Amino acid sequence: MADLVKFTVNGREMQAPAGTLLIEACKKQGISIPAFCYYENLSLQAACRMCLVEVEKMPKLQTGCTLPVAEGMVVQTESPKVVDSRKMMLEFLLTNHPLDCPVCDKGGECELQDMVFRYGAGESRFTEIKHHVDEKQWSPVVFYDAPRCILCYRCVRICDEGLGINALGVTNRGAYSEITPNAGDHLDCLECGACIDICPVGALTSGTYRYQTRPWEMEHVGTVCTFCSDGCKTTLGVRGDEIIRGNNRDRSGINGEFLCIKGRYGFDFTQAPERLSTPLIRKQGQLVEAGWAEALALVARRFSEVKAAAGTFGVIGSNHTTNEENFYLNKFARTGLGTENVDHHRTGDVATLLDALSGKENALATADDLLNSKAVLVIGADLTQQHPLLAYNIRTAWRLHGAHVYAVTPGPVNEDAFAIKSVRTDDHGDDMLAAVRAMADALTAEKELIIVFGDAMQGQRLRDLVGFAETLRIPVKFVALVDYSNSRGAYDMGLVPGPNGLTLEQMLTSETLGALWIVGSNPVRKGGQLAGPKTFVVVQDMFLTETAELADVVLPTASAYEKSGTVTSGTGQVQRLKRASQFMGAKADLDIFATIARGMGLNLGAANPEKIFDEIRASVHGYNVPMPVIVTGGAPQTMPVNGRVPTPAGTVRSSRETLYTSGSLGSHSKLLNSVLEAPGALYKGRA
Amino acid sequence: MTFSPKLEERFAKLVERYPEGRKRAALIPMLMYAQDEVGWISEELKVEVAQRLGISVMEVTEVVGYYSMLRKKPMGKTHVSICTNISCLLHDGDKLWEQACKKLGIGHNETTPDGKISLEEVECDGACSWAPSVRLNYDYVHNVTPAQLDQIIDDLRKG
Amino acid sequence: MPTPPPLLAPQPHPAETLVLTKNMRLPNSASIETYLSQGGYQEFLKATKMSQDDIINEVKTSNLRGRGGAGFPTGMKWSFVPRQSPKPKYIVVNGDESEPGTCKDRVLIQYDPHQLIEGILIAGLSVGAHRGWIYIRGEYRYAIDMMDKAINDAYAKGWLGKNIQGTGFDFELSTHSGAGAYECGEESALLESLEGKRGNPRIRPPFPAVAGAFQCPTILNNVETFFAVPSIIRMGGQAWADLGIPKAGGTKLTCLTGHINKPGVYELKLGFPVRKMLEDIGGGIRGGRKMKAFIPGGSSCPVLTGEEAWEVNMDYDSMVKVGSMLGSGGVVVMDDQTDMVNVALRVMRFYQHESCGWCIPCREGTLWLKKLLTRLDEGVGTGKDIDLVGNLAENMMGRTFCPLGDAAAMPTISIVKKFRHEFEAKIKKSVFSLAGAEPLVNLAH
Repeated sequence: MADLVKFTVNGREMQAPAGTLLIEACKKQGISIPAFCYYENLSLQAACRMCLVEVEKMPKLQTGCTLPVAEGMVVQTESPKVVDSRKMMLEFLLTNHPLDCPVCDKGGECELQDMVFRYGAGESRFTEIKHHVDEKQWSPVVFYDAPRCILCYRCVRICDEGLGINALGVTNRGAYSEITPNAGDHLDCLECGACIDICPVGALTSGTYRYQTRPWEMEHVGTVCTFCSDGCKTTLGVRGDEIIRGNNRDRSGINGEFLCIKGRYGFDFTQAPERLSTPLIRKQGQLVEAGWAEALALVARRFSEVKAAAGTFGVIGSNHTTNEENFYLNKFARTGLGTENVDHHRTGDVATLLDALSGKENALATADDLLNSKAVLVIGADLTQQHPLLAYNIRTAWRLHGAHVYAVTPGPVNEDAFAIKSVRTDDHGDDMLAAVRAMADALTAEKELIIVFGDAMQGQRLRDLVGFAETLRIPVKFVALVDYSNSRGAYDMGLVPGPNGLTLEQMLTSETLGALWIVGSNPVRKGGQLAGPKTFVVVQDMFLTETAELADVVLPTASAYEKSGTVTSGTGQVQRLKRASQFMGAKADLDIFATIARGMGLNLGAANPEKIFDEIRASVHGYNVPMPVIVTGGAPQTMPVNGRVPTPAGTVRSSRETLYTSGSLGSHSKLLNSVLEAPGALYKGRA
Repeated sequence: MTFSPKLEERFAKLVERYPEGRKRAALIPMLMYAQDEVGWISEELKVEVAQRLGISVMEVTEVVGYYSMLRKKPMGKTHVSICTNISCLLHDGDKLWEQACKKLGIGHNETTPDGKISLEEVECDGACSWAPSVRLNYDYVHNVTPAQLDQIIDDLRKG
Repeated sequence: MPTPPPLLAPQPHPAETLVLTKNMRLPNSASIETYLSQGGYQEFLKATKMSQDDIINEVKTSNLRGRGGAGFPTGMKWSFVPRQSPKPKYIVVNGDESEPGTCKDRVLIQYDPHQLIEGILIAGLSVGAHRGWIYIRGEYRYAIDMMDKAINDAYAKGWLGKNIQGTGFDFELSTHSGAGAYECGEESALLESLEGKRGNPRIRPPFPAVAGAFQCPTILNNVETFFAVPSIIRMGGQAWADLGIPKAGGTKLTCLTGHINKPGVYELKLGFPVRKMLEDIGGGIRGGRKMKAFIPGGSSCPVLTGEEAWEVNMDYDSMVKVGSMLGSGGVVVMDDQTDMVNVALRVMRFYQHESCGWCIPCREGTLWLKKLLTRLDEGVGTGKDIDLVGNLAENMMGRTFCPLGDAAAMPTISIVKKFRHEFEAKIKKSVFSLAGAEPLVNLAH
């Protein structure tokens, strides 16, 4: 910890560690020095000159963003000299900046507007002709309006330094400078949209959000993204019941600065025209529309019949329903239907990891741990595509703290650009583990290590990996990568077979199940088998998937953006969903469970997410998380490693999603489908 | 993209001049020398140079856009630079410029239809004590009178 | 390569003090043979027997100040290099010479390139640098070619490369072409350009002496500054200093340009009186006219009126006292027929064209001023517009990222202040005089 220095700002004495930038020191003390180009964790620019302040004994005004505090420094941030300077910088900026506020998407959220409002320059003395350049479209989601651009270079830096993609640059000179995309007239990038959100003005705007609404007409609902398992918070802008945009401008989730294309733009699947809005019942071999009452009564009756006839049930749960729904479904299956045949599409071997780590504390890493890590080993995963937040945090750890990154993967990964060791292997776990063992000398020299692994590490091989980690004699934490927004929750809430239970694959191919209940899952491939001819199949989903097409009853469900409850990220962090919109005709899975239970005369407890979460906290190992943290939008980590949990055998198979795909949710997002980028093409050519 | 042996030799020497791992430093001189042969910084040239120096094409574009002498389009066989900045202005450099434009029928950064001559109104060319100055590609002509300018242009037209 | 036009009169002017230009009238003055025959590279050999501290102290004693325009004491600059740093040290020569009115470095390279090489070698000895680059503006291609030839000859004769003349000192030197950007004359922007990037200036501190070329300790000075070093070693720092005046030692190459009878590049002692310079050396104002305005050292200096200029001397402090600066030594003489409004416009057009665009006030300010001055040059405007010119320029001063903003502002402020009547006259005369505009007679002035 650096020594503290004493200095004075606006007559107030304060302290900060030596070397702290004045702008940061002031921020911590509640004194705001305005800036456009200064942005935390990005390289310093001192280009906008908004942060110029007066410092005693220094003849010129100094930029607060580059000046480290010094003992005895006396600073004025609101003196007449400073106020005049700020006003003038704004007046200069407004000379070519077009008066687009009435039609500019950024209106109401614009930092330039805010600054002008606060620091004056409302009147301009500029009476010359402005220089106009037409707006350009650089990708399905990115538009660039050069006259609005204030050349703060935030977009260039976030893409280059933050994301490591370097898709934006600056060309020309002087007042004719413009941001330029890397493929001449368009962008060849991840389409994450970080550049759009970081732009302080409306120079970079979103292709999907443009001209649709004003920010104050929307309700801003912070919830958890429903795609991959990273658990990013996305703030959905909702008008009426329509989700119009997603972003994370308030940076309040575990993802902080970061959000990927799915979190920002993928929500449009909720408004896909092919979304189911009425139940379907198979009558005379065809699925026909039916009312809820009829459909639910049918399911309850048929389930009761199977139960009465001592028939067997199969229950396949979902990777993206809430913890409460998964908990309730598990209870329904085991106590209500009396079956151990419960499973879900397992995408990462969480079971084996937790078993191998039994009795250990602090052995699971959070997203934040990756951000602050000293060393990270990535095995068999293309994080940039499948876990963009984890990729971002690892890169940031390297960038800001010099973290050592090791990559053992079958193909090139973005980490190759900064990893200290990068090894290519066959796409087979044994090969990867051998490569990891070969790194033992380097790894054991680290102070600590986080191992992030994909589905190649499963079963005995995963146990071997954990054993290997032990031999390093340093603190090691793990992240078992899973594919979807609540894959961890599916496992944690017990949606896995009992010792005598059938696995998912076995349920799909069984000829003797009396009833098969598939919730939010699409395990059947086209032309594949779905249970036996006598099995009564109920599918709950948002779309008429390949699996739903073969069902006897299809019940339309709500998406995660349309209900409340909690989900658990791949790093085991629990977060609350917040309901943003609703879809006419769909019901939350929980409501469907409850109605069927009622219809069967079962008492499974209140079907209220809050009450169920209390039950979860009391009964599910590791889920006794502090409510104040949950309720205020935090993401406490669950730590279910103490005590043995059953480890059922079964296929663990990642779906190998890409940045633009995510099961049935992704395939119905028009936006994700419209992005033609070749995933990973940006770094395939690198060393 | 292939270059003349002479240019290749120059390139080879250029990249040797900078510290280990700093090949990018050769970028601007490389573009300048390549431009002499190729005529301008074409897309093909950008890609070639980017590849040789291990940088992205965008990074080359960023640089090309910044520097005035790097040509974003082809120019004439002889590029005529006429300075109109202060010391030349005081010796009627601006009138020389107007004379050249009128005589050739083209303007700033434009080329005659036969591709022989292009014009550029430049900033201080470093010939202030010998103003007004005209530069033909890289060759300086000092103390240029209107009559001399006419002669220069006539000669270029013939050549 | 074709012979470049001559830059020096066959004979120097008797009032010149020939130190740097001593050998430039010899036939083949640029060749290594001529250089060696005149005792060339001997000062380098002498310096190899001096300690690093001694070399730097000699330069300090000489009161040599940066000849590019900033005038920072050179010895002090060299002493900032952390010699014990494990990083390699570098020498970078600023040959970007783009300051309007300045054409002296060209003369030095064309007529005596080896003196530059020797100065670089001595600088290298002083801080333990073994590699250097001579950054020369792209327009001076012929000079780059001449410098390349001189460097090749030096290598061939063993004055560059490994173990120079058995002294155990290595030095690798090469040229580096610019590509048309005035801002690259600013030392940190030059380093960016050297590294193959856009010529945007860097945040300082750290300064080039500590983190310069490729983030290594670097001595970066103007061509003429390095040029002076062999003479300093030969004469001794004190003798060199004594050529000039206290705090400003030695001689300075001065470019007489504009409405002067004998424009040219002359080597004058620091402190040379302007009157003597213009009348004796310059042969008086062209056409026997009166001098209306005077720029001492490149267009970035505040403009002096003729009256102000006649009685001042060409040195750093004297110029500051009268509200200008010595700058690069590019003297611009303007006679009484000069249209000062047009001069203000042309000068602003230059800065706007060259502004790198990094910071708001310079980027937007120069463009606004250019548009405003274009209008005022045509007489389209009001008194308020004239006020605005000065106001905008003053609001740029001291707030920009690098001195280009100040360089654009200073001449503008001085011209509007001292020649306001010319702006007013244009407005009065213009057919576009805005109807209903505030009448000029009401303006307090």
